[in-house]
Amino acid sequence: MHKTIDLENIIKNILLLFSITAILILSLIVIFLFNEGLPTFQHVGVLDFLMGDKWIPAENLYGAFPFIISTLLVTLGALLIAVPLGISCAIFLAEIAPGWARELVRPAIELLAGIPSIIYGVFALVVIVDLIKISFNLATGETIIAGSIILAVMILPIVISISQDSIDAVPRTYREGSYAMGATDWQTISRVVVPAARRGIIAGVILGCGRAIGETMAVVLVIGNVEKLPLSLLDSGEALTSAILLEMGEAVIGSLHYNALFCLGIIPFIIVLFLSIISSRLVSKRVSRFG
Amino acid sequence: MMKIGKVIVFLMLGIALFSGCVGDEEKPGLTIAGSTTVQPIVTRAAEVYAQSNPDMRMGVQGGGSGTGIRMVGEGSIDIGASSRELSEDELLKNPDLLVHPIAIDCITIVVHPSNSIEDLSIQNIRDIFAGKITNFREVGGPDRKIVLVIREDGSGTRSTFEEMVMKDTEISNAALQKPASGAIRFTVSGNENTIGYLGIGYLDETVKAISVNEVSPSEENVREGHYLLSRNLYLITKGEPMGEAKKFIDFILSEDGQKIVRAEGFIGVRKNA
Repeated sequence: MHKTIDLENIIKNILLLFSITAILILSLIVIFLFNEGLPTFQHVGVLDFLMGDKWIPAENLYGAFPFIISTLLVTLGALLIAVPLGISCAIFLAEIAPGWARELVRPAIELLAGIPSIIYGVFALVVIVDLIKISFNLATGETIIAGSIILAVMILPIVISISQDSIDAVPRTYREGSYAMGATDWQTISRVVVPAARRGIIAGVILGCGRAIGETMAVVLVIGNVEKLPLSLLDSGEALTSAILLEMGEAVIGSLHYNALFCLGIIPFIIVLFLSIISSRLVSKRVSRFG
Repeated sequence: MMKIGKVIVFLMLGIALFSGCVGDEEKPGLTIAGSTTVQPIVTRAAEVYAQSNPDMRMGVQGGGSGTGIRMVGEGSIDIGASSRELSEDELLKNPDLLVHPIAIDCITIVVHPSNSIEDLSIQNIRDIFAGKITNFREVGGPDRKIVLVIREDGSGTRSTFEEMVMKDTEISNAALQKPASGAIRFTVSGNENTIGYLGIGYLDETVKAISVNEVSPSEENVREGHYLLSRNLYLITKGEPMGEAKKFIDFILSEDGQKIVRAEGFIGVRKNA
């Protein structure tokens, strides 16, 4: 008997050790990121870095503004496409679809999330880029909108599954109450169910947004990587992550260029951190409400 | 409790035992680092060389020409690889560095096969990549808006292109940047508005290489120095190469070695190779 209790404790401690390892690794990465990134500001002003529009490492000009705008535009474009599509799909799956359609569509959507991003990127490069070049009669199809379209496809699984889960979690009694008042199906969905599930839906959108900001491979292949400030979705641009991917291989370790690239990494890190905090708050509130 | 203690001791013994096997210092070793342009040649040559010299341990790394030159100067590697000659600073720091040309790299200007342009002067190429000329019509081509396709900042091919063509002019910031030469070729072959540059080894029938100052990038023109956009690739040693380093450089310069150079898409320094 005495022996078993010891074993229990040992296993508990081992598991504790492992979970601490995860946190330790995370904090090491964060410390490393800031440690390598922040020295940039000894040479480049914070405002010059965030608002400067020229990125020429050879001349020590590090203005990340075009990258920031590209990242925001490509993400915004992706949300414009993915949010209406994703929420409609979630409503269909949760409220309207017959059982067999649900059984078929849900796994297919979850499978979408499992495709490596490089495959999305190559598909976009071969198909979407040409399609955009021809449809908008542009000199090149490697534009922000191409990135937005492929990112939209990539974040759809997140938006759909989290939205559907939160619509499913709306208690049966809400719907019954609505029908009892004489509301139609559509009135019930649009006035009762979706508003009741809105926290979860917003959380899904925010998580999708975070995924879009951090995505690298698919974006670098299709948005052209042009260090010029993009003015519309039909311009080429260069996302923060693309700049890091393109230049990190050649930057001399410890140089200002190297530090500046880490600094570029801090920007999406902070954005995604905030988005995660907001979305986890929304999700936990929803859970406590519906138990 | 005892049992677990035994297991841990056993595991630690095991780790201690196997860690001894990693640093096997018995074999003679040769370390090479530097230019990523030269790296594929050296990597392949090292593989072939190791077949006939199974006792050799070869370590080949990238890092860029500057890194290779610095490390061979410090003595932390045996051979450096560089896609450029030594700078004055580097020679000043290490006057005993010796360069050995092993191959010729050549940059070609490529357009879509349907583009009617056959020849451009260096000045025209510079104006096109600087964004001053924005339509192929201005240089005698079809009426198409020009889309520039270049390598990313810091790429060896890009810095060679900048040195040989752009001089002090900046490349337009409207150029599409690609992470690899294969990606430039893919983009140029798929879009009739594009112009880009490629190492001669990346040329194939999907793109059209144009002549520069009326000299086409043929192997003969490059070797005889008529084609302007070419450069030598070097291995660098500190002082006269000796022992294994000398054997390896001799191997690359041998007929078999130069075959590898050609197979990797470069031009050999030996004409009959």
